[in-house]
Amino acid sequence: MSQLLALIRVFSYLSLLTVGGGLAAFPEMKKLVVDVHHWLSFTQLIHLYSMGQVAPGPNMMMIVAIGEWVYGIPGVVAVLVAFFAPTALLAFFMGRLWQRLETWRWRTSIERGLSPVSIGLLLAGCLSLARGAVTGWGTALIALVVLGILLLSRINPAWLVLAAAVVGGIAFGPKL
Amino acid sequence: MSEIPAKGLATSVSTISEQAADISIRSIFLEFLFIGATSFGGGVVAYLRDGLVRKRRWVDDREFVEYLAISQSLPGLNATNMAVLVGDRLRGFLGALTALIAICLPGGVLMLVAGVAYHTHGGKPMITAVLKGVAAAAIGLVLATTIQLGKRSLAHAYDLVFIGLTVFGVDQLHQSVPRVLIVVGILAVLWYRPRKPKETAQ
Repeated sequence: MSQLLALIRVFSYLSLLTVGGGLAAFPEMKKLVVDVHHWLSFTQLIHLYSMGQVAPGPNMMMIVAIGEWVYGIPGVVAVLVAFFAPTALLAFFMGRLWQRLETWRWRTSIERGLSPVSIGLLLAGCLSLARGAVTGWGTALIALVVLGILLLSRINPAWLVLAAAVVGGIAFGPKL
Repeated sequence: MSEIPAKGLATSVSTISEQAADISIRSIFLEFLFIGATSFGGGVVAYLRDGLVRKRRWVDDREFVEYLAISQSLPGLNATNMAVLVGDRLRGFLGALTALIAICLPGGVLMLVAGVAYHTHGGKPMITAVLKGVAAAAIGLVLATTIQLGKRSLAHAYDLVFIGLTVFGVDQLHQSVPRVLIVVGILAVLWYRPRKPKETAQ
């Protein structure tokens, strides 16, 4: 039961940190689920997070896997409600309010000011993630090639991730 | 969650006419479910625009950009915030709830299955190797997404200072995200505070 409450506490807190995207919450998520609660290892978190990036829909659905590991199906429900309800309610009420504030001059200031901060949070998330995922020349090369192709073309990233999975299996897998 | 019938959708979908009548909860559910199931590889926003603006014409481009600006200024994922805002615009609270559940459902089920499979087989060397490749690619993907977002939404060189401060605070000083968000956020908002309009400005 205390684990269920811990899941709710952790994921409702993380929910409020996702300014700009789920990645903004990654450094705190790592700290809480890996270092504080030991629900999974850093490598496992990286693996689940990466799978979640390719899965369709909102890119943080990997949290259901953590909920399931810790407390089965009640864990899944707890994590989903804790993670999505606070921000959904906020978006619901703020969305209505925000539109009424169209002429409020601070509105533009808030939008302008928060945009570089959210980019910064996303970059910090990238760095935190990269520390676990880029472990040598091979992984660095894969990351750079994917980055380069995505910046230069309009290919669907899912294909690149699929290709990287094959390359990973061949390059890092057990020799046949 | 189950008040929306899952069976018999195929027969009724063609009879719905969004043009004139109110947009039904069922068609909201179906559209967001479709977006939630097909938006592989991140970048849900592009899929949302394609489905909601181009295909269904439920919102126009100006409204879409407006909702996106709100979504990005609030905590929460862009995809779910957009679902809530557009769902609310179409059918109020019930529309928002329906859109939220529908966009999360396919990816949630998939990740639940993937998580269970990973828990049992994740330790195998071949799986670890494949996921090592996937994780490396994910770094490239999230960096590209962040850079593209930055290129779209940043206008001033000052922005780089706020980006730098945020990254430094979280990554080097190991300050918690809320603390950095509040301190740098307030600084940045004050920096871009409303100015008195100048006579010559217009």
